[in-house]
Amino acid sequence: MAARKTPPVAAPKRTSLLIATRKGLWALGSDAARRSWKLTGPQFLGHIVHHAVADPRDDRTMLAAARTGHLGPTIFRSRDRGRTWKEASQPPAFEAGSGRTVDHSFWLAAGHASEPGVWYAGTSPQGLFRSTDGGASWTGVKGFNEHPQRKTWCGGDQDGTPDGPKLHSVLVDPRDPKHLYIGMSSGGVFESSDGGADWAPLNKGVKALFQPDPDPPFGHDPHCVRLHPRAPDRLYQQNHCGIYRIDRPADRWTDIGAAMPKSVGPIGFPMVLHPRDPDTLWVFPMDGSDVWPRISPGGKPAVYRSVNGGKTWQRQATGLPKAQAWWTVKRQAMTADQAPTVGVYFGTTSGEIWGSRDEGRSWKCLVRNLPHIYAVEAA
Amino acid sequence: MKVLIPGLLRSYTAGADTVVLPAHPTLDAALRDLNARYPGLRFRVVDEQDAIRPHIKMFVDGELARRLDTPLAGSAELMIVGALSGG
Repeated sequence: MAARKTPPVAAPKRTSLLIATRKGLWALGSDAARRSWKLTGPQFLGHIVHHAVADPRDDRTMLAAARTGHLGPTIFRSRDRGRTWKEASQPPAFEAGSGRTVDHSFWLAAGHASEPGVWYAGTSPQGLFRSTDGGASWTGVKGFNEHPQRKTWCGGDQDGTPDGPKLHSVLVDPRDPKHLYIGMSSGGVFESSDGGADWAPLNKGVKALFQPDPDPPFGHDPHCVRLHPRAPDRLYQQNHCGIYRIDRPADRWTDIGAAMPKSVGPIGFPMVLHPRDPDTLWVFPMDGSDVWPRISPGGKPAVYRSVNGGKTWQRQATGLPKAQAWWTVKRQAMTADQAPTVGVYFGTTSGEIWGSRDEGRSWKCLVRNLPHIYAVEAA
Repeated sequence: MKVLIPGLLRSYTAGADTVVLPAHPTLDAALRDLNARYPGLRFRVVDEQDAIRPHIKMFVDGELARRLDTPLAGSAELMIVGALSGG
């Protein structure tokens, strides 16, 4: 990228991680050096918590999307950094008579900095919901949920990923609260320039190897889409069919997964961006060959980092198991902190949290024996 | 009528395993009354299309009720149960 001005880096501070699992919510907090960690929880024990997110605008609000095996989906809110929680009075739900039901809220995203109290939720099956009161009550974004093309874009509510089709990666342009992106598995990446009233696909250049048309306008399977907060025209996506970058206003994605080692491949779920450098990102590859085992390739987990926008990739596996480790990392389960030397963290399907306090050069297991981890977010 | 609350819903009823409601004509009316007393409870067991959720069962005087318009006239007991739902 072109030279850019970056504001000064904040002084080191403690890192807190919110860990959403198949059986509840935990928090993991560090000291200022990020050497010592303390696990607290569980909260919502027995709930399937798909995502838990802290509000970057006020440093005290947290939202958690939860359901149980029996009970329908809801959202819990905390106004005191997770000490106490209150259930939403009106959780995301499709319109009565629409024939659609929210199976679970999957993705939570705080709204624009100029709109305190605004939140977005992406659901399974694909639906987009908005709250203007800090997550207490939610209404459908009609411009998406009732868009005449929605079903054509997404397919049926039974199609999509094994765990149900999902709307995820709700991204708000920091320059313009009405400029939104979403990702859908399946459906693809879509963009709105009018606060969600209308949407257009943004998928050119992205492979969809499971479709008869090799370059269709929609129907893709982005697993995780990220927008760089300091360079909001730059987006990356980890897709079912590779890794991609786009620099708007271009409307065609560039394949940056082809530079990954052939023995590892470009398939994975999560993707994390450096909080200040738009050229640096991390992915966690998984085995997408044959019958899609969706585990670390060869049982040897590794993070891959690029520092040049995806032109080249470096393997970062120091400290990670060298063999016979058959877990993977889901799309919301990898995150970075804001420290001067960025900390990178991920949670595994086998209930471990791994952390690096040197931008991925070395890794240490911070926690073991948690349930299957769905999401890890720095709070 | 008496409503038997399963363990998985007692966070709404402050731990109560039984709630007594006045007579209601239908299961729907009883659940709306229950939700007015314990906000949020209904949506956990009934979806937005007014279907009882897949792993929830409701018995009216021992008979399985599959629909919200099930009449309750003269019924003494509503039992809400969390059925099997995976590991």
